[in-house]
Amino acid sequence: MDRVLTLTAALLQPLLLLAAAPLLVAWVRRVKARLQNRRGAPLLTPYRELRKLLGKEAVVARTASPLFRIAPYVVFAATLLAAAALPVLSTLLPGARVADAIALIGLLGLARIMLTLAGLDAGTPFGGMGASREMLVTTFAEPALLLVVFTLAMTTHTTNLASMAASTLAGDSVLRPSYMFALAALLLVGVAECGRIPVDNPSTHLELTMIHEGMLLEYSGRHLALMEWAAQLKLALFAVLTVDLFLPWGLATRLTPLTLLGALAALALKLAALGALLAVSETVLAKMRLFRVPGFLAMAFLLALLGLFAHVILESAL
Amino acid sequence: MMLDALALPLAGVAVLAALASAAVSPAAARWPRVLSWLSFPLLGVCALAALGAGIDALWFGGMHHALLPLGLPWLPWQVQVDPLAGVFLLILGAVLLAVAVYGPGYAREFRNGRDSLAALGVFTALFVVGMLGVLLAADAFLFMVAWELMSLASYFLVAFQHEQAEHRHAAFLYLLLAHVAGLAILLAFGVLAAASGSFSFAVMRAAHPDALWAAVAFALALIGFGTKAGLAPLHVWLPEAHPAAPSHISALMSAVMLKVALYGFLRVVFDLLGPPQWGFGVTLVLVGGATAVLGVLFALQQTDLKRLLAYSSIENLGIIFLALGLAQIFQAAGHPALAALALVAALYQALNHALLKGLLFLGAGAVLHGAHERSLDHLGGLLRRMPRTGWFFLIGCLGMAAVPPLNGFVSEWLTFQAALQAWQLHDSLLRILVPLAAAALALTAALGAAVFVRAFGTAFLGRARSRQARRAHEVGRGMLAGQALLILGIAITALLPGPVLGLLARAATQLTGATVAGDGWLWLTPISPSAASYSPLPILAVLLIVGALGVALLRPRRRAAVRRTVPWDCGFAPPTPRMQYSAAGFAQPQRRVFAPLYALHEQVTPGRYELAVGDRAWRRLYLPLGALTERAADLARRMQAGHVRRYLAWSLITLLVLLWIVS
Repeated sequence: MDRVLTLTAALLQPLLLLAAAPLLVAWVRRVKARLQNRRGAPLLTPYRELRKLLGKEAVVARTASPLFRIAPYVVFAATLLAAAALPVLSTLLPGARVADAIALIGLLGLARIMLTLAGLDAGTPFGGMGASREMLVTTFAEPALLLVVFTLAMTTHTTNLASMAASTLAGDSVLRPSYMFALAALLLVGVAECGRIPVDNPSTHLELTMIHEGMLLEYSGRHLALMEWAAQLKLALFAVLTVDLFLPWGLATRLTPLTLLGALAALALKLAALGALLAVSETVLAKMRLFRVPGFLAMAFLLALLGLFAHVILESAL
Repeated sequence: MMLDALALPLAGVAVLAALASAAVSPAAARWPRVLSWLSFPLLGVCALAALGAGIDALWFGGMHHALLPLGLPWLPWQVQVDPLAGVFLLILGAVLLAVAVYGPGYAREFRNGRDSLAALGVFTALFVVGMLGVLLAADAFLFMVAWELMSLASYFLVAFQHEQAEHRHAAFLYLLLAHVAGLAILLAFGVLAAASGSFSFAVMRAAHPDALWAAVAFALALIGFGTKAGLAPLHVWLPEAHPAAPSHISALMSAVMLKVALYGFLRVVFDLLGPPQWGFGVTLVLVGGATAVLGVLFALQQTDLKRLLAYSSIENLGIIFLALGLAQIFQAAGHPALAALALVAALYQALNHALLKGLLFLGAGAVLHGAHERSLDHLGGLLRRMPRTGWFFLIGCLGMAAVPPLNGFVSEWLTFQAALQAWQLHDSLLRILVPLAAAALALTAALGAAVFVRAFGTAFLGRARSRQARRAHEVGRGMLAGQALLILGIAITALLPGPVLGLLARAATQLTGATVAGDGWLWLTPISPSAASYSPLPILAVLLIVGALGVALLRPRRRAAVRRTVPWDCGFAPPTPRMQYSAAGFAQPQRRVFAPLYALHEQVTPGRYELAVGDRAWRRLYLPLGALTERAADLARRMQAGHVRRYLAWSLITLLVLLWIVS
């Protein structure tokens, strides 16, 4: 019975995250609007956008190969699978055994590779531009993300995300120098990976500044819906990853209705706070020139490396 | 059963089949069909036998040894098959089998040319004999004979299309560095033989040279085998030589010969040299890390598809040597289980790289065959004209980019897991170095993904950039079957990591004395199930299920699935193929960021942009060395005045000096 319950919970968690992802995006937009003295769109707008796109005809460029039509499904499935490795409500998560933190980064890599290939597929200049820039961003962001995970893995002696969160819950202090560096690095990486200001602007349609939008330019209808939804899921995924690694309190360690409800409330609160933080930073900062981005990301990489060194030098007592 | 005694006879069959292939190939000069109907099938037999011998040795973990009635009277040749050799016999067999199936179709291209088919057949077979000999040798004498046979035969294969000056140049550079490597290896064996008093590996293994001589032997082995394996800064021959050879030979060179060099290094340093030392490990980590990062950065800037693949081989060998360094460090620190894990990671990476790079070189050969073009900036849109080759190539690219659920990810994951155990080390310097190595590896992995997105994206996606690419055609059945065989190997290593790890662990056990724990066939849990686990089959299953569900649920029922029209591209004028991002343009951001590491020559004239990305190693290391050699030759020339009197005087002086030394 316990097994069935655990499995059901494991299946429902990524789906919950998938369902909540557009809401997080809407929340960030809303807070941003308020900060700019606008009223902002209703919180359901992203859902309506997805429904609209899903109902529309899909138009495909004549120059595109079959890969163009397969890519959205792979990107969506890989992102969803990455989300399945992440403890959303409870640390009892069989999915975290299938794919640990390194595999999660690998799955995001698979999604990104398919996305960039799709960008190159139609043979348009903007698609190639977006793909090339995305690869520049990932050149630094992915190693930095790996280093963040390594820093935490060195402390918790595991790369299983559920065990990592459980280990922190069991009383390992997060107030360590290495964790502080790692947190700072993860926030910078998250901003870059999710294509937010100051690295990329999700609401831009000014051609020369596009990264993520550039790759999606040829997509329409259900293909575009899947790509957009995957991008929203990725933002939620990074938010939950940050929360899991650094502020896991509230996660259920047993599966009872009460603990799950508590976990849901805690998660909503933490994501709302992170979303508000993102909105504030996006309001305060301006988008960078593309060639300032490597500096920004090298900073993230260095912070993560410093975290690793801090762990080795200051914290590892044998 | 006697099954475990089969390894050595099977290896013998492999050698004999390859020799037979060499013997029949001269007939191809008159009857070209001999190549397709005899030479390549015999190599296929050789491959199957080698595959069988390798699996046998790994499955039963047996050590087999025999004396051959060959060699010098007082120095009979000794052969052996043990699990370590088994891993590499397996690699050789798997890639050679694919090449044997692929070869006839590819070699048909040369039938009407001026290149000698007989030479191709003979030297391919001798090349294989040489590689088998290196893997089977149990004494330094046979090892060196086989090693030189391998080097020389492959020299002739690199020089196969010798009408082109650049091929001759590449072949000469290769021959030169192969000799330097051979000399270093000979000297390394000399040190070991001096310490043990014998050329036999068994005696060398029992005797240990003292610390200083061990360091000398290590340095010589690193230079010798490292040159062959393409470690920086001794890698310069590799990107010249591998592309110059015919594509199926490039596959053999990149996928197998580099691994044979790796085998030689493992045999000498991990098996024969004696106790491990952390200094060796640190050296290996530094050299491997630098090679990996430089290799991938240069791979990212290549516009020639085969050169790109060659640089990527350098990168992968760097990763493998980095993992070997971790193994040496762990072993020296008294953690044999972790050393075994790092070693298995290295061997897994070697196996993966052989399968993937074999596939990609065969794919590049197919592109060359179908489109007569290997410059990325002249290709494009091949996925629609060569769909099977294209999808195979995509699998190879995803594997090299190390994303789950493919096999490249498995070995990367294992290497990371080994590096993450650095907290068990006591020395704080090593505890900093190992995570730094992991960081270099992470950077390499991210850049590697960019390399293969760029390669696949510009060659197979988008629109054709030249007439040849527009007229490309799919290759024949044999060439596709050769690639499909490697896909099968990739599927096994990607989806069943548990059993593959179990086989490779035999070799790691032989070298470290510890085993790597497995957890059934589905899960990969090298340290402990609670610490880390990975299982590719569920990942693939979920990907397929979610994808299929998405297609089933979202496909419109009342109208056509999609509507085709011109690209949107923000509503600008319909883009032409020339407006696409070029391969050079795609990598421009990284070129700018990592500019200090490249020797860039950019020239902009009205309407024209020229770019050459050179290797700094040339100017810093090779040109000064070349100048030094020429100056030494100048000095030596002064002795050569052409007078008999003077030569006699030199001889007399030499004789006197020698007599003085002797007395």
